Order: sequence, then structure tokens, then C-alpha cells
Amino acid sequence: MKNWQKKHILGIKDLSRQALEAVFSLTSSFKEISQRDVKKVPALRGKTIVNLFFENSTRTRISFELAAKRLSADVVNFSASTSSLVKGETVIDTIKNLEAYHPDIMVIRIGSSVCLELFTKYTKASIINAGDGANEHPTQALLDMFTVQEVKGSLGNLNVLITGDIARSRVARSNIFGFQKFSSKITVCGPAALIPYEFEKMGVEVSYNFDEALADADVIIMLRIQKERQDVSFFPSLREYVEKFSLTPQRYKKLKKGCLVLHPGPVNWNVEISSEIKEEVHPLILKQVENGLAVRMAALYLAGGAKK
Amino acid sequence: MSVGKETKKIFTCQDIERALARLAHQVLEKNPDPGNIALIGIQTRGVFLAKRIQAEIKKIENVEPLLGILDITLYRDDLTAIGPKPQVKETKINFDLSGKTVILVDDVLFTGRTVRAALDEIMDFGRPQRIEFLVLVDRGYRELPIRADYVGKNIPTAREEQVEVRLKEADGEDTVVIIKAE
Repeated sequence: MKNWQKKHILGIKDLSRQALEAVFSLTSSFKEISQRDVKKVPALRGKTIVNLFFENSTRTRISFELAAKRLSADVVNFSASTSSLVKGETVIDTIKNLEAYHPDIMVIRIGSSVCLELFTKYTKASIINAGDGANEHPTQALLDMFTVQEVKGSLGNLNVLITGDIARSRVARSNIFGFQKFSSKITVCGPAALIPYEFEKMGVEVSYNFDEALADADVIIMLRIQKERQDVSFFPSLREYVEKFSLTPQRYKKLKKGCLVLHPGPVNWNVEISSEIKEEVHPLILKQVENGLAVRMAALYLAGGAKK
Repeated sequence: MSVGKETKKIFTCQDIERALARLAHQVLEKNPDPGNIALIGIQTRGVFLAKRIQAEIKKIENVEPLLGILDITLYRDDLTAIGPKPQVKETKINFDLSGKTVILVDDVLFTGRTVRAALDEIMDFGRPQRIEFLVLVDRGYRELPIRADYVGKNIPTAREEQVEVRLKEADGEDTVVIIKAE
């Protein structure tokens, strides 16, 4: 592949299969750096990265922060709860203010969908999407796909089942865009009220029956039930959800041999996945966390070197 | 690989073989204990050359020096100037460098910037007793105060010309060519 041309990484939707493959190949190389004695390379020395989190996040922010440090960049963290936003400053003004420090990359997480494109007008920095509303969470999908490729050896022609709160899941959308580029068949599964009609238009199968859907899955992505966002209830009770959509030991036994169970974390044990199978599924979920760091190093490296 | 441009062959398969045998002897002349040598090949063609030097040394001394692989992409000084190459190859040094004589191996010595990056990266892996540099072709035009300890051949070139080392492992043939500028 030629040199990387994209300045921003806003979504998986705009990345070609070839670009995704390039990211995965870089990710393997970056993984090795974290196993060294000196876990740092000078690739982004002198670059300034702002982590701009308008929405709470611990693991994604830590992962981006560590990734930046391992590449020798200078990092500033900004979180909404401790900023002037509480004093009434607008998001655009915040970005303009930060722009005055001449950052090279802004890693942004925000609650509303599809506004990052607009932000690119107010900064010369590369923007990396760390989750925007219900739109996309590209680095999560990249790490999910990388993990699958690493364990299975390839990404082609898989049956991928995504289960849970599909409607509000940027993780689901990014993974759908990504896995589709590798000719995988995707099924989304969850309570009917959590699967809007638009998903059928994305070319995925829709199932309301987890027991049926899991039988031919090669990969299952269990989405987190966002208890903090259940202000409007889309299913009658957590107990009913667990009964129908939780990965229980009985369901786990019915999975195809070699089926991978992924979860973006943090897992609500006994909601999405039964704690009785924790020993079986947790190692892979922790591997996702490890791969997440390497994927974010790759994303920062590519965005950091892009022509301004 | 460049196609259609005028090229001049300066090294044949045999020339390369002979040069590598001579370089192996020179290395041993300066470093009599092959057990203390760590050959580190710089990706991509330096790796193949380092492997061949390793085999030559084994032939002579019956002791195999250590072998490592280095990709210097992340230590380059021109990331923003040329944009990131989307490929970073493997780096593998799975032994302790302290006290060793490291011999960096590359195919062509030109501006010296690759070696500068390699030196920085090696230092992050440990503290070797000494670092030396072996190169198959030195074509001149240094931009940094760097020289090689072992040189297969000095080749006078014009600045715009390209020197290409082709090796069986990657290119199917052993040869060195100069590609004239258009």
C-alpha cells in the first residue's frame, strides 16, 4: 500500500479494506513494542495530542493516553466534568481554545453523532474518533477485528453475531462496516425495541432469538447493556433481558467449536455474560484490551504523520 | 522494483558471495570471539545479509553468532516529511545486548540517516559493549558524520542515481545495479 493519506480517522465506514489491512499489520508491529524493556519509540516525538472526552470513559482514554506516551508524544487530557463546559463554554469554543495550543492530534469522544466532521473546520489537528454518539467507535471495531484475525488467522467469510443494545451502539455500527468489508455475514440480535429498522438497510440479518442465532456464529460480540442510559426502558426488565439474551453456560455449550466471544468492556457479569463462564471467556476479552493499546498506537501514528 | 530505466550491473552473484566471505573474515579478525558477536540486520535486505554473514562465520569458526532483526521505521526523522509508511516490519532481538559487540548490517550506506535511527533504537534495547557497522555497498553522499567499519564495495554514484541491491531471498536473484536518473 502507498503512504497513508487520511488526515482524520472518523469512522470505519470511510476506510477501505486495504486501509484496514494496513492498520492490522501496523498493529502487530506495535504490539511488540509493549513487550520490550523500554516500551517507547520516538515516532511521534514533539507532537502534541489532546484527549478530549466530552463523555466519560476510563478504558478508552487510558488506552489512548498510554498509546500516545509509548510513541513519545506529549498528551493533555481534557474531560468535560472538570472543564469550562460546566461554566457554559460551548464545545466549538473549547476546540477553538485548544487549537491555540497547536495540537497535532485531537482524540475526541462526544455524546452526539456525526459532529466530528464539523470540528475539523475549527482545528488544523488530525481528529481521531473515540466514540461519537450512536455513530461510530472506529478503534473499538479495529481492535475487535484485529483480535479475531489474530486468533482465527484471517477475517474472511465469518458469521458474526452482535448481541445487545444495538440501537445505541456505535460499537455495533463500526463492526458492521468493518466486517462487511471482509465479506462476513453479520447478524444483529436483541430485544426488538433495540434494533431500529435502519440496520436491515445496512445489509445485516436481524434476529430476536439469541438461541437460534448463536448456533452458526464464528464470532459473537456481546454489547454492554448501558445501565446508565436505560432512562427510557426498551425492555421490560433486566431479568427478562438476561433470560433471553445473556450468554449462559447452557448457551455457551451450544456454540460452534472455536467460536470467539468478544465484549468491549466493562462486562456486567450475569447480565451480558454469566459469571459461571468467566474463566472461559475473560482471557479473550482481556486480550482485546491489550490489542486496543496497539491499535490506538497505529491510529495515532497514522494520523500523526499525515500531511497537515 | 524499477522497470524500463537504464541500469548498470556492478555486482554479480559471485561478487556478492566473495564480498560477504571477505567481510566475515574481517569481522572475525577484529572480533576473535564469535560467541560475543550479535549481528543485527536492518529490515529488509540487511536481515538477509546478516543471515548470510552469520552462516559464513559459522563455516569458518563453527560457532554461530547471535542474530537480531531491526525495523527502524519508528525511529526515522522524516515521518511528517514523507507521511507514515503504513508498514512497520518486525523487530526481533530476543537476547541481552549488554557486553556484546553489535554489528549492524545493511545493504546500502547512503545518507547515514538509517544508521542514525538504528543506533538510537539499539540503545533502547540495551547497552552493547561496542557497535560496528557492516554494509555491502557504500555509495557516498553522507548527511551525517557516520562511516562503516566493514564495506563490501565503495561505488561512486551520482546523487540522483539509485543503487539497488537485489537478493535471492526477496528478489529471486543476487545482484547490485545502479539505476540511472531519467
